[in-house]
Amino acid sequence: MDERLWGILTDSFPKLLKYGIEVTVPLTVISFSLALVIAVVVALIQYARVRGLRQICRFYVWIIRGTPLLVQLYIVFYGLPSAGIVLDAFPAAVLVFGFNEGAYMAETIRGTLEGVNVGQLEAGYCVGMSYGKIMWHVVLPQALRTAFPALSNSLISMLKGTSMAATITVMEMFRQAQVINGRVYESLGLYVEVALIYLAFCTILTWLQRRGEKRLAGYGGARR
Amino acid sequence: MMLEIRDVKKSFEGLKVLDGISLDVEKGDVVAILGPSGSGKTTFLRCLNYLETADSGSMVFDGEAFDLHSTQKKDIARLRRKTAFVFQNYNLFQNKNVLQNVTLGLTSGMGMDRQTAQKKALDALEKVGMANKLRNYPSQLSGGQQQRVAIARAMATDPEIIYFDEPTSALDPELIGEVLAVMRKLAEDGMTMLVVTHEMDFARNVSNKVMFMEGGKVIETAPSKQFFEHPAENRAREFIRTILESRQ
Repeated sequence: MDERLWGILTDSFPKLLKYGIEVTVPLTVISFSLALVIAVVVALIQYARVRGLRQICRFYVWIIRGTPLLVQLYIVFYGLPSAGIVLDAFPAAVLVFGFNEGAYMAETIRGTLEGVNVGQLEAGYCVGMSYGKIMWHVVLPQALRTAFPALSNSLISMLKGTSMAATITVMEMFRQAQVINGRVYESLGLYVEVALIYLAFCTILTWLQRRGEKRLAGYGGARR
Repeated sequence: MMLEIRDVKKSFEGLKVLDGISLDVEKGDVVAILGPSGSGKTTFLRCLNYLETADSGSMVFDGEAFDLHSTQKKDIARLRRKTAFVFQNYNLFQNKNVLQNVTLGLTSGMGMDRQTAQKKALDALEKVGMANKLRNYPSQLSGGQQQRVAIARAMATDPEIIYFDEPTSALDPELIGEVLAVMRKLAEDGMTMLVVTHEMDFARNVSNKVMFMEGGKVIETAPSKQFFEHPAENRAREFIRTILESRQ
């Protein structure tokens, strides 16, 4: 490797890592938390067949899943200001990532909710518990436990997806790589470098997922 | 009379499953509900706890009348707090350990404080011989152990009656005994029980009353001894004979 390239990579590495840790990770964590809350609420509404709200949830899932993430980012950040709604880049990205992944995760959780044996609900009724309490203490925890691998998938996919925030001017890790590249013209080296940092982040998440699954195995274990 | 059930009817998509079932239960009665598969026994039991909604029928429970077709939610909840149900496939809460399975209903169903609930749960689990497995999850237990925990969960709420829906039908033969032993002890302690079962020894030796059903109708209701020694109805005689023969 020539000295110039080596110099560029060693110079840029701490900067990229800094933006990764200070922007990409928080952006992922906040967006994912929002997505999880949306997903649980939307899934529960559909599972419980709440009239009216249920149709709204279906509509939401339909719209989100039927349109590209990139287009959604553009509509919210570049489009909405024309309608008088002006958002900073970071909150706009959080909203779009959260609502986008939330739709997919809602379908995951709805599926695992439906998969919980109806006998669990009946047993709860028979010891005098209300529907809400049974959902909270018994059905939802089981559904989330089953959904855990799929939700981990969503988290990993979201972490990489945050690079798209670069297109709406969020100064995150990938955008930083673009900026450095604009100065030094070293596309191959820099973009491979940033790819490797994403890979490292995802490897940590995969490792965490495995640990989480091991811990959850004790709790509830395999369902019949 | 503790429980008077009158004229319960229920159809599934035009198929009559229950065609006017009536039954009287005294406090301390252990009633075995017998009959061939598909005779409506389980559906009947489920209607009594509103797990199924009957098309028509009524019930007087402890002097209070209930319409089995339409009742307010809060009345159903109150009724369920006085009864307990043991399922064929146990239905233990899969995400809760043995102790939590018993306490959950007490704290969040009956509104008991945590300490009293723990004490009651330990007491019940002691009685079914499961106090040494408090931290185990259902998936780590045998079917017989799970069913004993389910019975402890039922007992702990101090119900006035416990409904058993084929409690040993899902068990391997060698595990049936431990569950029947627990049920026999409950009966001896004076618990009122309605038991849908295929266990003829239990029906004969533990229950004091038999209701024999077929095709959604009650064919015969009689004291157990009389039912087994001198069944009044032909169909009952045949049923007993087939069962006894099939076991040889």
